[in-house]
Amino acid sequence: MMERPKVAFFDLSCCEGCQLQVANLGEELLDVLGLIDLVEFREVMSETWEGRYDVAIVEGSVVNEESEQRLREIRRRSDLLIAYGSCATIGGVNGMKNRKPLPEVQQEVYGERADWFPTDRTRPLHQLVKVDYFIHGCPIHPQEFIKVLKSALAGLPYQVPDYAVCVECKFNENVCLYDKGVTCLGPVTRAGCNAWCVNNGNVCYGCRGLVSNPNRAGAEEVLREHGLDAGLIANKMLMYNAAMEPCDE
Amino acid sequence: MSRNVSVNVEFLTRVEGHGHIVVDVANGVLQKAELQIVEAPRFFEALLQGRSIFEAQHITSRICGICACGHSLASIQAAESAIGFSPSAQTIALRKLLLHMENLDSHILHIYMLAAPDLLGVQSFMGLMPEHADAVRRALRMKKACNDVCDILVGRHVHPISCVVGGFTKLPDVRQLEAMHALLLQIREDLVPTVALLGALKFPEFERETEYVALVSDEPEYPLLSGDVGSSDGVRKVKEDYRAVTNEFLVPHSTAKHARLSRGSYAVGALARFNLNAARLHPAARQAAAEIGLSAPCHNPFLNTAAQLVECVHCSEEAIGIIEQFLEQGIDQGEAVIVGVNENRQIPVRAGHGVGAVEVPRGILFHDYEVDAEGIIQKANCVIPTGQNLQNIEDDMHKLVPEILDRDPAEITLALEMLVRAYDPCISCSTHFLQVEFVGR
Repeated sequence: MMERPKVAFFDLSCCEGCQLQVANLGEELLDVLGLIDLVEFREVMSETWEGRYDVAIVEGSVVNEESEQRLREIRRRSDLLIAYGSCATIGGVNGMKNRKPLPEVQQEVYGERADWFPTDRTRPLHQLVKVDYFIHGCPIHPQEFIKVLKSALAGLPYQVPDYAVCVECKFNENVCLYDKGVTCLGPVTRAGCNAWCVNNGNVCYGCRGLVSNPNRAGAEEVLREHGLDAGLIANKMLMYNAAMEPCDE
Repeated sequence: MSRNVSVNVEFLTRVEGHGHIVVDVANGVLQKAELQIVEAPRFFEALLQGRSIFEAQHITSRICGICACGHSLASIQAAESAIGFSPSAQTIALRKLLLHMENLDSHILHIYMLAAPDLLGVQSFMGLMPEHADAVRRALRMKKACNDVCDILVGRHVHPISCVVGGFTKLPDVRQLEAMHALLLQIREDLVPTVALLGALKFPEFERETEYVALVSDEPEYPLLSGDVGSSDGVRKVKEDYRAVTNEFLVPHSTAKHARLSRGSYAVGALARFNLNAARLHPAARQAAAEIGLSAPCHNPFLNTAAQLVECVHCSEEAIGIIEQFLEQGIDQGEAVIVGVNENRQIPVRAGHGVGAVEVPRGILFHDYEVDAEGIIQKANCVIPTGQNLQNIEDDMHKLVPEILDRDPAEITLALEMLVRAYDPCISCSTHFLQVEFVGR
């Protein structure tokens, strides 16, 4: 019988909520654990592993030299690398600090002692190393996590949906937020969350990143029709996507 | 005794976030006992500047995945207080329900997955499977039930969706109230063997009296979502004066700030709340405390885990009570809030300053915002429970190490890890404080 694949979880700079989404699978988690040999998961286990990882699942973004080195080391020791959660896939809320001069940000929090705690601009994983699978979202959607893990274990590709959240939102028969006089990033944001936030009465904040070919003209027309300022949308977009470089993806 | 001991735990496991324990004993004399916080700072307070007060809870819930609902609630309280908005009675009751679920969920995670392996002598939760399969399944079932309640109430537990400034963007209907009720009854049932399990476990014997800080109130209710800030040394201040309680200061070995009040350090969290407010607990929770032999005042930090279990009983009973009341009186669906960076100005905005103080799983959490007339945040400050506990943990280590110096190094290391874990530290939360006020050490 083939040996079970060695899987490890790692966290860089983040809230660790995506790990929690995995823990929150409940008893389904035991089915997942039955398929793999979980060798490292610092938040829930004390064991560590010196060998090679078949699959490394990495959460969080790179914000300093230390985390960059850690990520490169994980990549070096892993056959497959999965980036999970917005911080890892697009930089996430950590990226907002890239829009201000770094010394100003450090000064704000640590005052005169800012140099005690060095930081760098925020980067998602693929800006530093090769990423084999992306699981977007803040937090990740547990069922998408299962799908991607199955694909990775079976050696199959996983295609992140590349249509707008609006598609899923329409299937869920939500009233369009623009018709309520509210801006929403659904028209330009990558689907795959089943319009999670809109289903619960909130707006889409763009946590899964932009679709690869956003319908800019269409989005502008919607804003014009509702007499809304495009600046509102641009500002909202920076909540999650501020660390994305223009050439990314 | 002229012994040399050096403990160096890199990347402490089974805690949220990144920390090292460093202890140095030379010739039998303790030279150093530090909990080094090496989590990379994320600068949340700086990120909040320039964002709308209506986006604040969305951003600040990302401080922490475990207590995202608690951060949302503290953030919303600060925001509403800054713009002068008073929530309805229905909103307050639903927020209490959410906070109970947050404390319950996080405590169960800590008791079973992070602390129990220590008490049962295994390295991780998975190691419990062979001999304690029932407990593992029960823990996962309870966590799932907490999550399912949060799914219904606010869309999800990790970064809640519908809980916003002004109220809730979606309100549960009768069918959903019944579903939450059924889930909570199942949790109530699973808490019975949980109390029996913890009652049978042997916690390390260690005591150090310290100052305990928590919300206090003259109302009969166990204060979690409102009240003044009080301490076991007799301090009592309104929440707006929180800086006079936390007195933050920086140390080089921690990206999280330290805090102290009347003494060199103080403790927050379930044990602090229990010590200050045990008489206000639900009778079923007081019964559970008696069963596991916990009584106030308790000065053994390892028993924070036991106090968490007592709170689990309290929170589940109170949550059941809130839902039963809604089942009886109904929910006014007309109160649902339409969000959207307040583009439609549904909620009036004014310039102001507001503080939120909420008892989240690891202790009292403060959010503090200053907003301009457009509702844009000019200044933000968040003081997180784990930061407030750091100096107290180090002071515990200073007392504990000499007491256990005759044990072998592996045992000393484990005892220190267990001590830190008992506080259920949330390190990723604790590394983004703002507004440094330097206090000489």
